[in-house]
Amino acid sequence: MREPLTSEVPREQAFVRFSNVQKSYDGEILVVKGFNLDIASGEFITLLGPSGSGKTTCLMMMAGFETPTHGDILLNGEPINTVPPHKRGIGMVFQNYALFPHMSVSENLAFPLEVRKLSAAETDRKVKRALEMVRLEDFGDRRPAQLSGGQQQRVALARALVFEPEIVLMDEPLGALDKNLREEMQYEIKRIHEDLGVTMIYVTHDQSEALTMSDRIAVFNDGIVQQLASPAVLYEQPDNAFVASFIGENNRLIGDVIELTEDCCKVRMESGAIIEALPVNVSAAGTRSTLSLRPERVTINPEANGLPNLFEARVIEVIYLGDHLRTRVAVCGNDEFIIKIPNAQTHPVLTRGQIITVGWAREDCRALDA
Amino acid sequence: MTGLAATSGNDLTTADGVPLKVSLSRAQRRNKIKAVLLVAPLFLFLLVAFILPIFDMLLRSIDSAEVVTHMPNTVRAISTWNGEGVPEEAVFAAAAQDLAAGSRARTIGKVASRLNYEIGGMRSLIMKTARKAKKLESGPYKAALIGMDKRWAKTDVWQLIKRESGSYTLSYYLAAVDHKYAADGSIEAKPENLQIYVNLFFRTMWMSGLITLLALLLGYPVAFLLATLPMRQSNLLMILVLLPFWTSLLVRTTTWIAILQSQGVLNDLAVWAGLITDENRLQLIYNKTGTVIAMTHILLPFMVLPLYSVMKTIPPTYMRAARSLGATGFTAFRRVYFPQTLSGIGAGSILVFILSIGYYITPALVGGQSGRFITNFVAYHMQQSLNWGLAAAIGSLLLATVIVFYLLYNRLVGVDNMKLG
Repeated sequence: MREPLTSEVPREQAFVRFSNVQKSYDGEILVVKGFNLDIASGEFITLLGPSGSGKTTCLMMMAGFETPTHGDILLNGEPINTVPPHKRGIGMVFQNYALFPHMSVSENLAFPLEVRKLSAAETDRKVKRALEMVRLEDFGDRRPAQLSGGQQQRVALARALVFEPEIVLMDEPLGALDKNLREEMQYEIKRIHEDLGVTMIYVTHDQSEALTMSDRIAVFNDGIVQQLASPAVLYEQPDNAFVASFIGENNRLIGDVIELTEDCCKVRMESGAIIEALPVNVSAAGTRSTLSLRPERVTINPEANGLPNLFEARVIEVIYLGDHLRTRVAVCGNDEFIIKIPNAQTHPVLTRGQIITVGWAREDCRALDA
Repeated sequence: MTGLAATSGNDLTTADGVPLKVSLSRAQRRNKIKAVLLVAPLFLFLLVAFILPIFDMLLRSIDSAEVVTHMPNTVRAISTWNGEGVPEEAVFAAAAQDLAAGSRARTIGKVASRLNYEIGGMRSLIMKTARKAKKLESGPYKAALIGMDKRWAKTDVWQLIKRESGSYTLSYYLAAVDHKYAADGSIEAKPENLQIYVNLFFRTMWMSGLITLLALLLGYPVAFLLATLPMRQSNLLMILVLLPFWTSLLVRTTTWIAILQSQGVLNDLAVWAGLITDENRLQLIYNKTGTVIAMTHILLPFMVLPLYSVMKTIPPTYMRAARSLGATGFTAFRRVYFPQTLSGIGAGSILVFILSIGYYITPALVGGQSGRFITNFVAYHMQQSLNWGLAAAIGSLLLATVIVFYLLYNRLVGVDNMKLG
């Protein structure tokens, strides 16, 4: 079993450290329960989780708008719990952008520089450079209301970066944009992150956004970090059932562990079928376990090449999705079992009601907590 | 090519050849009729109960039909008089005839009152002469009238009748700004001890300005709390703000009397606490202080509600954004929050100011002599002196002032930004 929640950043390199941070608003419920996270300088970290999981609260504590009920937040080794927000020097992009409506784009960008008492020439120069960075050179005189959603988003980004903070926090910044624009902005943010080398802490509930942009992702649920890992590890090797189901599509098969060894466990379904799986988060034989299996890791009508799991399945539904066919089948008593078939030259043609054989490897099927 | 011609230029047509504009207006006619019918009841009500009375008031302030209606012969005869010395016999004859007829028809009192506004004593002169003129059967009338009252030999009496013989007059407006016609028809200021209205106008304005300012200073933090507190507390606070609205105006005003009078709650407390001695009780009511205190309280909701409705639309993230960008709480408020509330400040201020300069009951009850507003004199002329023309003139000037302020506000802030709860 993997040690959960340990950071991959060596302690002495931690730029931002959340140390056992807890937060309660009403003294009855902990919205954040013991949050530990070490962030290296220049890293892109995403806090991912469903709404109400505590991720935004963590961001607000970092920005200084909320005070931790317990624990410390350290920046460069210094605790910042008592530092007011305006002295933390942290840039922030808000969900609704929070561009000041009574100021032009340039005035919005100049605001953080003016309150820092920079000279007018210096301010002009930095505003101009920030506008260039987000490719809005000609929009300086416009009011925020005269810009499109994507342009407002870019102004908000430029404003959070114009005073050259070492950390930028983003609270679901792309939530209000449509799909195409959102993808475009993801690359834009990623590009700026790489150009400037600034540390970014990004909050979202959109897993594809998190997978695209992040160096590491902390998956939140119920006030606890469920898993902290790189996108590939999160997807390929989820630690528990929540992470498996939250990141990407996932087939869940629930049954009882009947045999457990170092690298193999056998799990009996209610239908009587016995599946061989990789033990990840099971303690002993006799407990219940959720098996997690990615839809693209299922083979249809495999040749007899030694897959340990081979079962008969009945096709219920085939949906054409262009690049792949999404097929729902009934297998091992589960009729919500999804298989993704790539739309390749030689993909099998399936019809409703057809009986097929499906198979998968032991290492692709991860036995997790119930 | 024909397809292009049909879609360019002004003559777009529908599929069956009807011009598009005709077709559109036909389609919209039904909606227009519906809209008119929905508005009609309120519009008629306003027309009868509001717009027509205002026009009547405006007319009344310049209307001067008494002399020409009830002394038609005199008006005709005097039109040829050159205004010097005393008119000739024919004018006296016409006057005697009109006065006798007026006395019989009991209409001469109106003329008497009207002329008495301009020169004191005209009422008794007209009434006395009219009573006697009924018995007058033959001339010479000049000698007879002068015999009844020597004042008929005075030039200014006849000048007054000649001046007021038109259907319209400016004399009410002149009186409303403390001026009058001199005997020779030129305009001059009234004697200083009779000048009251201009001072009252200015007092009304600066006191209303003070009340507006106080309401703003007191109302702004309350509105801010209302807009930012959690729902439960803000609802409670809202009830406290609205409570005065649900209480009778008279009750609120008399409550202030109980609190502020020299034997009242506030003075008692101050004496008890040793802040003032019993002999030096503060005079907080029946003067300007009383008017300002009571009216600020009464008009406060009209300031709080527009401010609240504007502040409610300002998300708290603006302040957070400003602080994350490095502004202190005060700078964030001054540069980000406050500018966004300007339209609410404008709306609340103009509302309180306009309501204030037209306020009547509260200054009448707690204002005493020095804390009265111009409206109290409108009421006086409506109810006591029955000089409705003067009341109408003062009222019209008040209306004009309000309109000027409204236009000024519109120019500065824009009425579109006016939100009232």
